[in-house]
Amino acid sequence: MENYLVAMAVFAGLYALMALGLNVVWGMTGMINLGLVGFFAVGAYVSALLCKRAGAPIALGIAAAAVLAAGAGAAMAITTARLRGDYLAIITLGFSEVVRLVASNELWLTNGTDGISGIPGPWRGRLTPAAFNMLYLGLVAVAVAVTFVVCQRVRHSAYGRVLRAIRDDDQVAAVAGKRVIAFKVQAFAVSAAILGVAGALWGHYTSYIAPEAFVPLVTIYVVLALTAGGTGNNAGAVLGAVLVVFFMEATRFATGWITALGPVQVAALRESLIGAGLLVVLRLRPYGLLPERIVPVAPPR
Amino acid sequence: MLGEAAQLALNGLMAGTVLAVPAIGFTAIYAVLRFPNFTVASHLTIGAFAGWVANAALGWPAALAVAAAFVVAGVAGVLSDELLLKPLRPAGALTTAIGAVALTILLENALRFVFGNDLRGYDLPIRRDWRLGALRVGPQQVENLAMAVLAMAAVFVFLAFTRMGKAMRAVADNPMLAGIKGIDADRVARLTNFVAMGLAGVGGMLVGLDTSIDPLTGFRVILSVFAAAVVGGLGSIPGAVLGALAIGVGEELSLLVLAPAYRTVVGFAAILVVLTLRPRGLLGERAY
Repeated sequence: MENYLVAMAVFAGLYALMALGLNVVWGMTGMINLGLVGFFAVGAYVSALLCKRAGAPIALGIAAAAVLAAGAGAAMAITTARLRGDYLAIITLGFSEVVRLVASNELWLTNGTDGISGIPGPWRGRLTPAAFNMLYLGLVAVAVAVTFVVCQRVRHSAYGRVLRAIRDDDQVAAVAGKRVIAFKVQAFAVSAAILGVAGALWGHYTSYIAPEAFVPLVTIYVVLALTAGGTGNNAGAVLGAVLVVFFMEATRFATGWITALGPVQVAALRESLIGAGLLVVLRLRPYGLLPERIVPVAPPR
Repeated sequence: MLGEAAQLALNGLMAGTVLAVPAIGFTAIYAVLRFPNFTVASHLTIGAFAGWVANAALGWPAALAVAAAFVVAGVAGVLSDELLLKPLRPAGALTTAIGAVALTILLENALRFVFGNDLRGYDLPIRRDWRLGALRVGPQQVENLAMAVLAMAAVFVFLAFTRMGKAMRAVADNPMLAGIKGIDADRVARLTNFVAMGLAGVGGMLVGLDTSIDPLTGFRVILSVFAAAVVGGLGSIPGAVLGALAIGVGEELSLLVLAPAYRTVVGFAAILVVLTLRPRGLLGERAY
C-alpha cells in the first residue's frame, strides 16, 4: 500500500510537471498544444534509448530529451507562427499521432509495439524497490519544485508580461515593439522541453515504455489538470495534476466494485469520465480552482 | 513499376474521393463556426457503426445503410454541438477545440462501451475484381466512389441553389453582414452541424466498407481528413475535395517508397509543406 501511494505521488508529480509545461504555452502565451503527449513521448524515447543502447548517464539522457523535444516544439511553432491558433491545434494533434506511428513501426530503433523494457533508473540495482521509489519521489519533487520556481519567476518578470500581452492581443504586443514570433517560438520550445523531461523521468521510473502509453488521452489528462487547477496559475497546475491523479485512482476503485461490466467496459467508462470531466470543468469552472491573479505593476516614474 | 504506379494512382483517386466526404464536413464547420471540430473523428465512427447496425444487424443493403449513417451521425452532431460545444464558443475557438477533443474521447468510449473493441465487417456479397487492361478495380470500390460522388454532388447543389445553402455561404463569408440581412446564425449552425457530421458519418461507413470498423476507425482516418482540409485551404469546400484527392493519391503513391504503416504520415508531411509554402492552402480560405 505504501509503495502504491508513493508511486501515485510520483505520477502526480510527473503530471504536475506536464501541466506546468502546458501552462507556459496555453496559460501564459495563449498557444494551444493538443499533442503534448507527442513531446512527452519524444522525451521518453530519447532518454531511454540513449541510456539503454548507448549507455549514456541518465542525466545526459534527460538533457538530450529536453533538447530534442524543444527542437520539435520550435519546429511546430515556427511552421504555424504566422497563422491562426487553429492551425497549431491541428498540427500538434497530428504530430503526436506521427510520433506514435514512428514509435510503433521503427522496430530497429524503438522495438515497435513491444516497447523498450529494462530502462535504467538511478541506483535502481543498488536499492530495495521501496527505497528506489522514495528516492525517485524525491527526485521528481525536486524537478517539480525547480520548474515551479522558474515558471513563477518567468510569470512575474518582464518576459512573462510580454507573453501575457501576446496571449491577450498579439497585435498590441507587436505594436509595442515586441518580436511576437520569437517569443511564441521560445515559449513553445521551453514548454516542449518541460514535457520532454517529464517523459524521460517517466521512462526511467517505470523502466518500460511502449507506444500504447502515448495516446491522446494523456493530453486530455494534462489539459484537464491545468484547466481544473487554474489556467495561467502555476500553483493551479500542480494542484490540478494532483487532483486528476487522485480522481483517476478513485475511479479505479469505484469501478472495481461494479462487477456486471467487462474489463473493456470498465476502461471505456473511466476514459469517458476524463472526457466528461474536462467538458464539465470548461463549462462550469473555466477559470479553475485557483484562477489566475495578475499582480498590478506600478508604472515606472 | 509504371503499371504499379498507375494502379496505386487509381486506388489513390478512389480513396481520395471517399476521403473528400468527411473533409468537406470538417472544412464546412470551420467555415461557418470558425473552430477546428475534432469530433469529426468520433462522428465518422458513429456513422460507421450506425451503418453497420443497419447493414449487418438489420440486413439493409449497403446503399440504404449509408443513408442511415448520414442521419444518425448528423443528429448526433447537432445534439453534441448544441448541448456541449455551443456553450463553450464564447470562450474562444481554442477552448472550443479543447472541448471537441474531450468530446471525441467521450463519444469514442461510449461506442467502445456498447460495441467493445472487436473488429466488425459489413455484410457484403463477395465479388471478383474487374480488370481494365493491367489495372484492377474492386466493384465495392466503384460503388463507394459512386456514393461519395453522389454525396458531394448533393452538397454542391445544396450550397449553390437552395436558400439555406446560400445562407450557409453567407454566414461563412461574413457573419455580421449575414446577421444584418436577417439570417438566423443559430439555425445555420445547426444545419451545418447536421450536414457536416452526416458527411463524416458517410465517410466513416465508406471507409469501413473497404476494410472493417472498430471504435478507433475515425481516429485512424482523422489525420488524412485534417490534411485534406488544410492542403485545400481550411474553410474551402472545393479545396477540401482537391486536397482529399491530392492526399489520397499521395498516400497511395507513398507505398512505392514507404512502409504501408506510414501512409498517414504523408498527410502530416503535406500539412507541414503547405503551411510553410502556401499557408492559405491550394484554394485559399473562401468557403465556396
